[in-house]
Amino acid sequence: MSFIKIRNLKYSYKDDEGSPLGIIRDISLDIEKGEYIAIVGHNGSGKSTLAKLLTLVVDDYDYLEGSIEVDGVEITSDDMTEDGIYDLRKKIGMVFQNPDNQLVATIVEEDVAFGPENLGLERAEIRRRVDDALATVGMTEFIRHEPHRLSGGQKQRIAIAGIIAMKPECIIFDESTAMLDPIGRRDVVATMERLNKEDGKTVINITHYMDEAVRADRVIVIDDGKILLDGTPAEIFAEVDKLRGAGLDLPQCTDLTIRLKAKGIDINGEINTPEQCAKAIAAALGK
Amino acid sequence: MKSVAFGQYYPSNSVMHRLDPRVKIVIGIFYIVASFLCKNVLSFALLTVSALVLILVSKIPVKIVLKSIKAIIFIMIFTAILNIFWTKGPEENLILHWNFINIYVDGIYNAVFIAVRIISMIIGTSIFLTYTTTPIELTDGLERLLYPLTFIKVPVHEFAMMMTIALRFIPTIIEETEKIMSAQKARGADFTNGSLSKRAKALIPVLIPLFVSAFRRAGELATAMTCRCYRGGNGRTRLKVLKTTYRDYLALFFIAVFGAAIVLLNIYAPGYTM
Repeated sequence: MSFIKIRNLKYSYKDDEGSPLGIIRDISLDIEKGEYIAIVGHNGSGKSTLAKLLTLVVDDYDYLEGSIEVDGVEITSDDMTEDGIYDLRKKIGMVFQNPDNQLVATIVEEDVAFGPENLGLERAEIRRRVDDALATVGMTEFIRHEPHRLSGGQKQRIAIAGIIAMKPECIIFDESTAMLDPIGRRDVVATMERLNKEDGKTVINITHYMDEAVRADRVIVIDDGKILLDGTPAEIFAEVDKLRGAGLDLPQCTDLTIRLKAKGIDINGEINTPEQCAKAIAAALGK
Repeated sequence: MKSVAFGQYYPSNSVMHRLDPRVKIVIGIFYIVASFLCKNVLSFALLTVSALVLILVSKIPVKIVLKSIKAIIFIMIFTAILNIFWTKGPEENLILHWNFINIYVDGIYNAVFIAVRIISMIIGTSIFLTYTTTPIELTDGLERLLYPLTFIKVPVHEFAMMMTIALRFIPTIIEETEKIMSAQKARGADFTNGSLSKRAKALIPVLIPLFVSAFRRAGELATAMTCRCYRGGNGRTRLKVLKTTYRDYLALFFIAVFGAAIVLLNIYAPGYTM
């Protein structure tokens, strides 16, 4: 059984005139435990709304059709209780875009402790989880710092630590790298990958950076509230025309290879990451 | 601007800094009461000595303490003058008589007493509550101290949470204000010249985006907090538990002795009484 099972999901907002505005038009999706998934799509494609529906943090459930099941529990059902929602949020953690607007406390360790405190854990257990979480994101030395003195990437890693400390099975990153500088982005992506590879967490990275999407094991392209493509990065980034049609860029290396091919240079193989690209170019030059 | 010290906390590792904030709040209140109990020369002398001892024990540089006194120097001089000219004493205490001005020894005593009282109070409260206690410790201490009030439905936890979030966002909002001001300056806004009303008007294009963004932040923070399973104070545990140690009991003992000494001096010490 899949960890997350979405069936014929439709969701709309009410616009200013009161008529429903379709955001998610028909999505069916299965996500297994331990997957590393990137969800891409242009602004307004519905990718963030999808993430918010998974943790039930949307304002209005009236415009929802279809069903979402998480770990065997149908979370879109009408008899979902407060406690049920609470259990769901223990299973799925979310990291948002702006690190500043996620941190609650004035000291790093107290912020990381916020989630475990809400879970009502024992003091010793909270201590252990805070220390472990900070070690996982590599921020142990900042334990007593004030968050507002840290860089964007560091703040975002603290926000991630705050989620890790709650020990969710799945972590959704909702454009968590969008506001960061390249170094901050690199650190956050590295943290995501470590969580997936070493701790076996299900990681869903919602992003509009194709160079991040390429690193995932599975890429889902959402366009206009529907799934346009779903597959491995190699499969997805071969569909150049469809991606361009959805208003998306290609990863830099894929783009470069296509242009080289257009110039008549013989370059072959699956090329989506800089390493693959460098090898292929070296091979082509060697000929 | 980032280095603004909120609540004037002075970082150090003195005994005073390490006291339990709850104890410091209680002692701070007790100290104010004690300063009002003082009535004669000896009890005020004791109050002065206690203020000096507090400065020494908390290791706060005298310069910084003087700064906080400077802020109220005008009020002090004003009350002192009132006391000197308006206090009436017995005829034999009259030391200066000129036209309608009568100055009695009593007036001079009162002026000095009140000055000493105000200064000690400021030193006492600022040392206990602001210089040696971070705002967050203070909030924490207040939450625990006021905890019994939850039984009569006072939302103590919610107030403490609001305080914490406010403290957390002060630097963020200050930073944002600076950014918006620079952006407006770059478009030719002038915040420094012109009449008062002109300058106030120039601030409107700063305040509006600031408020809009503050509301957006509040919404996002609420979502993030919900996602982290926040549902109020019920069933919440804490990473940090305030612990009272022998130091705190010792401090309470000292303040009790201090209070008793002042009362005894009031009753038995000779000399002018207020």
